[in-house]
Amino acid sequence: MTLWHLILLASIAVLAIKLLGYAVPPRLFEKPRPRRTLELLTVSLLAGLVAVQTLGGDAGLVLDARIPAVLVAAGLFAVRAPFIVAVAAAAAVAALLRQVAGFA
Amino acid sequence: MQTEAVARAWREGLSVAIATSAYGLSFGALSIASGLDVWQTIMLSALMFSGGSQFAFIGVIASGGGIAGVASAAMLGLRNALYGMSMRRVVQPRLAMVPLAGHVTIDESTAVALAQSEPRAQRVGFWVTGVGIYLGWNLATVAGALLGDLMGDPKQWGLDAAAAAAFVGLLWPRLKARQAAAVAAASAVLAAALLPVLPSGMPVIVAAAVGVVVGLTNWLGPKHASRLPDGGEGHARAARADGAGRGAGEAAP
Repeated sequence: MTLWHLILLASIAVLAIKLLGYAVPPRLFEKPRPRRTLELLTVSLLAGLVAVQTLGGDAGLVLDARIPAVLVAAGLFAVRAPFIVAVAAAAAVAALLRQVAGFA
Repeated sequence: MQTEAVARAWREGLSVAIATSAYGLSFGALSIASGLDVWQTIMLSALMFSGGSQFAFIGVIASGGGIAGVASAAMLGLRNALYGMSMRRVVQPRLAMVPLAGHVTIDESTAVALAQSEPRAQRVGFWVTGVGIYLGWNLATVAGALLGDLMGDPKQWGLDAAAAAAFVGLLWPRLKARQAAAVAAASAVLAAALLPVLPSGMPVIVAAAVGVVVGLTNWLGPKHASRLPDGGEGHARAARADGAGRGAGEAAP
């Protein structure tokens, strides 16, 4: 499968899921359990992605400038900084540590 | 009275749309850093149009995963179906409008709609936010992608760290409850532990089982669950509290 195939497949899947919400009877997900499970699935996926994006690399686990950068971003989110500010700050911290402090 | 409520829906919708669209810039640049070209990046924003899913897809692709990227994007998109169920009743789109309504059914449009006090304002809030973000997010994606194309080595600019930070930002507003925080911590540790063992993209998917198991068993959870989905309700309150600043900063489309 080429990257284009993957992009189209993923896009169509996400779009189809959105439309599904308008098609299925609402009763199905009005109960607390499916709602809670869906919300926690989202939390779980995002947390897994945080870990993998922060620590992932060629050798499995890689400890580098991303870790302090992500900690700075988390601190900014904690004080309710706008999304783009925290993300840009993370990039700046990692770039600076690599340039100035010789981080990997 | 009614016109005032509708005017407020317009105001809230537009301010959330502008703030949310701005970080389409970061998506565009990060997508290029992940190895997608400009057209592929534009296609994701136009056709997939769901921030969390888009970031997940490019993240897994960047780490060398293939079909796992599709699975991650689809699983993160599942919550949109939940939003669709409540928006169907709130928006009541004509049949011909359902595809469009469905496509712009995301965290923010749902949140702004639910934050309005009367039916007409809810519909206005949904459409203004959804269509506004669609236009702004796609424009910002193009700008970000072109910018990313000029930047060269993504690590030199810290863009790999920015990608990780983006997920922190998407996760943060969902961590208010103890149960969610515990699930997040366990999932992150599990995904990290699986990194050296499983092929690219798979650690995230396996770690997602934590959320499903805790969700089904309600382990560590409150006895009485709220009626509204956590995301929708939380974001609705935030969007209402201070429009652009918090409501949009919290979630992705």
